Amino acid sequence: MILGLLPQVAWILGFPLVGALVLALLPAWRWAAWGNVVISGGTLVAAAMLLGQPLPRPTRMFLIDPFNIYLVVLTAFVAFTTAIFSAAYISREAKAGQLDAKHLRFYHGMYQAFVFSMLLALTANNIGLMWVAVEAATLTTVLMVSLYRTRAAIEAAWKYFILCSVGIGMALFGTTLVYLAAQPVMGEGELAMAWSYLVIAAPGFQPDLLSLAFVFLLVGYGTKTGLAPLHAWLPDAHAEGPTPISAVLSGLLLNVALYALLRFKMIMAANGQSMLPGPLMIAMGLSSVSLAAFMLYRRGDIKRLFAYSSIEHMGIITFAFGIGGAVANFAGLMHMTMHSLTKSAIFFGVGIITQNAGTKHMDSIRGLTVSHPALGWAFLVAVLAIAGLPPMGIFMSEFLVVSSAFAREPLLTLPLAFGLMVGFGALLHRLQGLSFGEPLPMRGHAHPGFALSALALAPMFAHIALVLVAGLYLPAQLVDWFQRVAGLLG
Amino acid sequence: MSAIVWQLLHALLMVGLAPLVTGIVRLAKSRLQGRRGPSPLQPYRDLYRLLQKEAIVADSASWLFRVAPYLIFTATWTGAAIVPAFTSDMTLVPAADLIALVAMLGVARFFTALAGMDVGTAFGGIGSSREMMIASLAEPAMLMMTFSLSLLAGTTAPAGIGAFVLKGGIHLDVSAGLALLSLLMVAIAENGRIPVDNPSTHLELTMVHEAMVLEYSGRHLALIEAAGMVRLLLYMTLIASIFAPWGIAQPDEPAVFAVTGLLLFLVKVVLMAVALAVFETSIAKMRVFRVADFLGGALLLALLATIFIYVSEAV
Amino acid sequence: MTYEPLAYEFDVAHMIDAMVLMFGFQLLYQRRMQSVLRSFALQAVALAAAAAWQAHVQRAPHLYATAAIALVFKGMIVPFALNWLVVKLGIHRNVETALGIGPSMIVGVALVALSILLVLPVTGKATALTRESLALAMSVILLGMLMMITRHNAVTQVVGFMALENGLILAAVGAKGMPLVVEISIAFSVLVAMILFGIFFFQIRERFDSLDLRYLEYYRGDRQ
Repeated sequence: MILGLLPQVAWILGFPLVGALVLALLPAWRWAAWGNVVISGGTLVAAAMLLGQPLPRPTRMFLIDPFNIYLVVLTAFVAFTTAIFSAAYISREAKAGQLDAKHLRFYHGMYQAFVFSMLLALTANNIGLMWVAVEAATLTTVLMVSLYRTRAAIEAAWKYFILCSVGIGMALFGTTLVYLAAQPVMGEGELAMAWSYLVIAAPGFQPDLLSLAFVFLLVGYGTKTGLAPLHAWLPDAHAEGPTPISAVLSGLLLNVALYALLRFKMIMAANGQSMLPGPLMIAMGLSSVSLAAFMLYRRGDIKRLFAYSSIEHMGIITFAFGIGGAVANFAGLMHMTMHSLTKSAIFFGVGIITQNAGTKHMDSIRGLTVSHPALGWAFLVAVLAIAGLPPMGIFMSEFLVVSSAFAREPLLTLPLAFGLMVGFGALLHRLQGLSFGEPLPMRGHAHPGFALSALALAPMFAHIALVLVAGLYLPAQLVDWFQRVAGLLG
Repeated sequence: MSAIVWQLLHALLMVGLAPLVTGIVRLAKSRLQGRRGPSPLQPYRDLYRLLQKEAIVADSASWLFRVAPYLIFTATWTGAAIVPAFTSDMTLVPAADLIALVAMLGVARFFTALAGMDVGTAFGGIGSSREMMIASLAEPAMLMMTFSLSLLAGTTAPAGIGAFVLKGGIHLDVSAGLALLSLLMVAIAENGRIPVDNPSTHLELTMVHEAMVLEYSGRHLALIEAAGMVRLLLYMTLIASIFAPWGIAQPDEPAVFAVTGLLLFLVKVVLMAVALAVFETSIAKMRVFRVADFLGGALLLALLATIFIYVSEAV
Repeated sequence: MTYEPLAYEFDVAHMIDAMVLMFGFQLLYQRRMQSVLRSFALQAVALAAAAAWQAHVQRAPHLYATAAIALVFKGMIVPFALNWLVVKLGIHRNVETALGIGPSMIVGVALVALSILLVLPVTGKATALTRESLALAMSVILLGMLMMITRHNAVTQVVGFMALENGLILAAVGAKGMPLVVEISIAFSVLVAMILFGIFFFQIRERFDSLDLRYLEYYRGDRQ
C-alpha cells in the first residue's frame, strides 16, 4: 500500500484524519460535538480490533508491536471518553457565551487532528515520521490552549509554543544524530530510520554518537514530557486551556512524548557500549518529583495544582524507566496507564467544578460533597487515587516503583519516597478544603440539566472504576503484556 | 649577494609604490562616486609640495613632537621592508615574523598617539584615546590570527606561511577563511578606513587618525602621510603574501621568477586597491562606540579560526 | 550506490557551513530590527547554498528541493513577512538585549568551542557527516538558542528560533542520504510556525500593546 501503510493502521489513522476535516468544515457546532464523539468511538473500535489479531509485520513507515499496541488502545479510549466529556463541557460553555461557533469548529477539528497526530506518533516506525507526529501534536494543542484569547491564555500558549518548539528542535537534532550513527552500518535511506531495523543493528553503531544523540533526545522529548527543569510550559498550558484539552494533554500527550523517548532508550540498550541512559533519566525524574511536590503547596488555581501533579507523576514514571529492569519497567508501564486514566478523570471533575463555581481559585470552592454529592465524592476518590492511596491502581504502581528502586539503588528511594509523601500531603490538604466544610455560593454557569450533567460525570466514573479494578485485579493478558514490554525495554 | 639587492629593491619599491596605491584608491572612489577624481600620481605631488613647505611647530611642543614623524616613518618602512612582496629571498626575511611586525607597527602607533597628545589640544587627545582603544582590540585580534596561521603552517614568518600555502598546505580551510576575514577587519581598522574612520573627513569630532596629526605641517606632515601610505601598502602586501602568495619567488629559484613575481604583485595590489575603494563606497562609517564591537568581532573571528583548527583534523 | 565525496568537495561544504555560522554571529551582532531580518535572510541564503552543494556532492537531487524551500521560504518570504509585521505593528526599531552585544559574542564563541568539544570524541571514520560539519551545525543551533534567550522582543525570539531551525536543516542536509520525509516536515513546520507566529503577534499586540516579552512575564500566574 502507499508508504507501507498497514491496513489496521489505516483504519486507526483514517478515522481521526477524516474526522478532523469533516469537523472543521461542519458549520453547526452542536453537531460537531456529537460528531466528535462518534468519530472518537470509531477510532476506539478500530484500535480495539488490534487486540484480537496477531501482530502484523512492521513496514518501513509503520509498526505495531507489543509496546505501542496497548498505548494505542489507551489513547483511543481516553480520547473517546474525553470527547464525551468535551461534548457536555463545551455545550455548557457555548450556552454561557464563552465560546462562539467559529471557535468551536476550530476546536473540534483540532481535537481530531490532535488525536490523529498522537496515533501517528505511536504507530510510526520511521523515527522521522514519529518526530513529525509529535511536532504536529504540539502545534495542534498550542492553538487550542489559546482558545479563550485572554491575556493569560496567550501568554501560556506562547510560552508553550516557544519552549516546546525548542525542545522539538533538539529532538530533531537527536534524531539526525541517530541516523548518522546508523548510516555507516545500514546504508542510506529509509532503512536507517526505521526503528525496528535500528534496534537490531544497534550493536554496530558508534557509541559516542549514540550517547550524544540520546542527550539531545532526552532534552527534546523530555521537554514535551514535562520533566524538570524543562517543565515551565506545563502549568500554564494546563491552566489556561479548555479543560478537555488539559485532560488529553496530561493523560495522553505526555505519555506519547515519553514513549518516543523510550523507543530511543531501547536502541541505546541494544547497543551495549553507549552511555547508560538510566542515571540521566533518574536525575530528571527525581528533580521533577521533588520540584512538583513542593510546588503543590501554595497553589491557588485548581488546574495548576493538578498540572504540577502531572509533572510529579511523569517524574515517577521516568524514574522507574531510569532504574530499569523487569519490575521497574513493569511499574513504569502500569503507572503510565493508571496515571492517564486517573488524571483525565480528575480533569473531568475539575472542569465541572470550575464551571459550577465560576472560578478556578480553590479558596472559593468548599464543601463539594455537600453541594454536589455525585461530583464531590467521585472527585474525592479520584484525588485520593492520584495521591496514591490503596486500593487504587496508582498505589500499586508507586509501590512497585519504590520497591524496585529499593532493590537496585536503595539510597534513591529516600528522595523519591520523600517527594511522594510531600505531594501526598499537599493534595490531601487541598482535597479536604475542596470537599468538606460549608459550601460557598456557586457563581458559575447555569445548571445544564440532568442529561448533560450525567454525561459529563459518566466518563469520570468510568475511569475511576477502571483504576479501582486495576488496583485490585489486573487481568492476566495485561500483566503478560506489560511483562513482555518490560523485557524489551532493558 | 642577490638577497641584499632584492632587499634594497623591495624597500625602495614599498616607499615608491605607496603613494601610487593611495592615488589609485582615491581615483577609484571618486569614479564610483560619480566624480572624475584626481590623477593617481597626485599623492606624489602632495608629498613633494609638503616637503617644500616650512614646518610650523607649536610653542608648547616638546622634542617628541619634532622627532615623532621620523620615528613613525622609520618604523613603518622597516615593517614594510620585511614582508615579502615579490620575492622572499631578502636579507631581513629570516629575522622577520608577524609578531615583530605587530611590534613595529605598535611602535609607530605609540609615537603617533604621544605626538597627538604632546601639544595639548583637545582634538589631539580625542584622536589619541580613540586610536588606543582601537589598538587595544586590533592588536589582540592580529596576534590571535597569527597564532591560528602559525598553528597551521608551523611558523610565524609571513614568508614561511606563504611557502606553506604554495606547497598546498592550506586549501579551502575554514580556519584560513576566518583568519583572512579577521585580518581584513584589522587592516581596515589599523589603516583608518571606512567603516572605522574616514580618511578624508574634515569633521574633527569624527576623526581618529587625522585628529592626532592635526598640528603637523611641512616635512613632518609629509613623513606622517607617507607613513600612512606605506602602512596601507604594507597591509596589502601582508594579505597577499599570506593568502595569495602565488608568484612570490622562493630563495632557491632563478631571478626571472622575481620579475614575474613583481608583475603579479603589482596586479594583486591594484586589485586590492580597487576592492578597497568599492568596499569603502558601499558602506557607511560606524559610530565610534560601535568600533569596539567591530573589532571585538575581529578578535572573536580570529579566536574561532584557532578553535576550528582542532576540529578540522589539520593539527 | 553510494558516492564518496572528494577532499575539495568537503572543503567547500565546510566553507559554506562556516558562512552559515558567521551569519549566525552577525545575527547576534545587530542592534537594529531590520538588520536582524537581513542577517537572517542571508543565513537562509547560505543554508540554501549548503543544501544545493550537498545535492551536487551526494548526487541527491531531492536536496535541491530543500535548497529551494530554504531560499524561497526563509530567504525571502519569512524576512519579508516579518518586516511587514514590524512595520505594521510599529515595533520599536532597536533590539533590546538582555546580555550586551560584546558578552553575547563571547558566549557565542564559547558555545562554538563547546560544540567542538562535544564532537571531538566522535571519530571521523567513515561517518556520514564529517566532524566539522556536525560541529558547525551544532554551533548554529546553539547560537540560535542564545539569540532566543538574550533578546526581549517577540520578533527577535522568532528569528532566533528560525536560526535554530537553520542549524537543524544544515545537519540534516549534511547527513548523507537522509530521507526527504524529515526535510519536507521541517519546511512544513516552518510554514506552520510562521502562520502561528503571525497570529500570535497580532494577539499579543492586541492584548499587551507591545511585543516586549517582559510584559508577558507579569502574568506568570504562579504567584497565587
